Amino acid sequence: MGLIWLIGKRLLYAVALITAVLVLNFSLLHLAPGDPADVIAGEMGGATAELLAEIRALYGLDKPFLVQLGLYLQRAYQGDLGMSFYYNLPVVDLILQRLPATMLLVFTALSFATVGGTVLGVLAARKPGGFTSSMVTLLSLVGYAAPIFWTGLMLIILFGVVIPIFPISGLYNVAKMATGLSRAVDIAHHLVLPSFTLGVVYLALYSRLTRASMLEVMQADYVRTARAKGARERTVYLRHALRNAILPVVTMAGLQFGSLISGAVLVETVFNWPGLGTLVFESVIARDYPTVLGVLFFSATLVIAANLVTDLVYRMIDPRIRLQD
Amino acid sequence: MAAVESVTRSQSARRPGADAWEIYRQSPTAMLGLVLVLLISVLAIIGPLVYPVDPFEIIWAPMSAPGTTEHALLGTDYLGRDILAGLLVGAKATLIVGLTAAALTVIIGLVIGALAGFYLGMIDEILMRVTEFFQVLPPLLFAMVLVTMLSPSLWVVAVSIGVVSWPPTARLARAEFLRIRNLEYVTASRASGVRQGYIIWRVILPNALPPLIVSATLTIGTAILFEAGLSFLGLSDPNVMSWGLMIGSGREYMLDAWWIVTLPGVMIFFAVLGVSLVGDGLNDAFNPKLRRR
Repeated sequence: MGLIWLIGKRLLYAVALITAVLVLNFSLLHLAPGDPADVIAGEMGGATAELLAEIRALYGLDKPFLVQLGLYLQRAYQGDLGMSFYYNLPVVDLILQRLPATMLLVFTALSFATVGGTVLGVLAARKPGGFTSSMVTLLSLVGYAAPIFWTGLMLIILFGVVIPIFPISGLYNVAKMATGLSRAVDIAHHLVLPSFTLGVVYLALYSRLTRASMLEVMQADYVRTARAKGARERTVYLRHALRNAILPVVTMAGLQFGSLISGAVLVETVFNWPGLGTLVFESVIARDYPTVLGVLFFSATLVIAANLVTDLVYRMIDPRIRLQD
Repeated sequence: MAAVESVTRSQSARRPGADAWEIYRQSPTAMLGLVLVLLISVLAIIGPLVYPVDPFEIIWAPMSAPGTTEHALLGTDYLGRDILAGLLVGAKATLIVGLTAAALTVIIGLVIGALAGFYLGMIDEILMRVTEFFQVLPPLLFAMVLVTMLSPSLWVVAVSIGVVSWPPTARLARAEFLRIRNLEYVTASRASGVRQGYIIWRVILPNALPPLIVSATLTIGTAILFEAGLSFLGLSDPNVMSWGLMIGSGREYMLDAWWIVTLPGVMIFFAVLGVSLVGDGLNDAFNPKLRRR
């Protein structure tokens, strides 16, 4: 009962946030240089003053700001984010075409970062000041300071020129026209460099975070109790300590979903990965505002969804939270 | 007797920053960070004076490798422009935009966080909802939208980075104000009847500064990375040389001429590394108990 009530409350808040993003989008569209009617007329190859007025009336551009906003929200909730001037397609269709590639990239990178980061962090915490521990510190400094797009370019030089073992561009090999399993293998092969580039930044961060919180948790009374009752060291580490130490990583991973998407924009541009990032880059260059804002809206919605999921995962890992709220 | 007295006096006479500097100085990584930051600042300020070559001017054959010609020490780019000149002049744009953006981030975050944490109630509720709203928008994407809709000038880039990056600073400032607002010396100054503005900025703020300074330092690093990312995408001023612009425009030629994209990236790397090492060093210096975590 409590949980359902809570999820309902969170969903309601999520809808409010999504509406706020739509209002921001509409205001930005309104502020954007150039009248949409002019753009449409331009597409048609010029128009008279009467035709311009007709276009304005057709799209409701002659109505007051608030009325237009209401219409915009209504259309958005029916899944209509307008037309792309540049691609001449509904923005929602464009985004749905590109979304799977971005999701594949982001979730591969996130899994790599969380799993790899946790394992490295636990290993580093076993011997503070040891080799793994120093490597984690070094990696976290390098991972933070190297611009992600530059890391990608360096990997392209390394694995495209020096040791050409991974494909450096695109989602799959167009010339191969592979199907079924061999297509999946082909995509996985193309996924290696982009997801490594995106994931390694967060891997560095999560390994440092896990190490710090493992070191803290290992001092806790319940770990001493577990040891005192004769639990094996492996059990103490994994069942008693890690389950508590992983909480900050979960929080961080959830909070950073927005920055992960930001990173994906750069990584996709570097590797010509046909996702939302390349879409937004192309439409920014073409000044295709409806598409640019459509991607902003979709990514914000993804972040809101990620926050909801993080909240639920947190509750699953940490039963103490359930008692509150 | 006299010796004991002088020892006590010298200890009590020390300024509060002196201990922090003592701890900072002992950390080799923190000192390395400081050296990097100073070195890059010096390069940015006097580099173009000592080496007055226009980074946009074509001076030699395109794509000459570093060390192959005395006309361009670090080689030339795909148009035949001097890479070294680009690195020196580009330092200025990258650092100025990074610093301005970081300053804006800190100011916006500090004001919002301080007001929320001090007044609580409705003000806190509203400001925190606004903060949550801004945290939902992917920062780089939001900055791209702002820059595209406005003009691609250095100012717009700096302001956009500031507008998208303040929420973490606001949360930190709010947490610090929440912690300090009920301490005894704050209650005492309330009782003495000073204005609220005075309590916020002159009583609480100085005591909230250490974590805020650390976070401001790290913000500079993030802002430099943001600026580099936006210029890499070609969204900053195309008439101002910057490290990100060099990487972005040279990208298509990098398989034939690795140095065009590699060298500016190395500069960004060392600039951000320097700043973040300084941040870590300050963190240890301000919180000696939390060291080695």
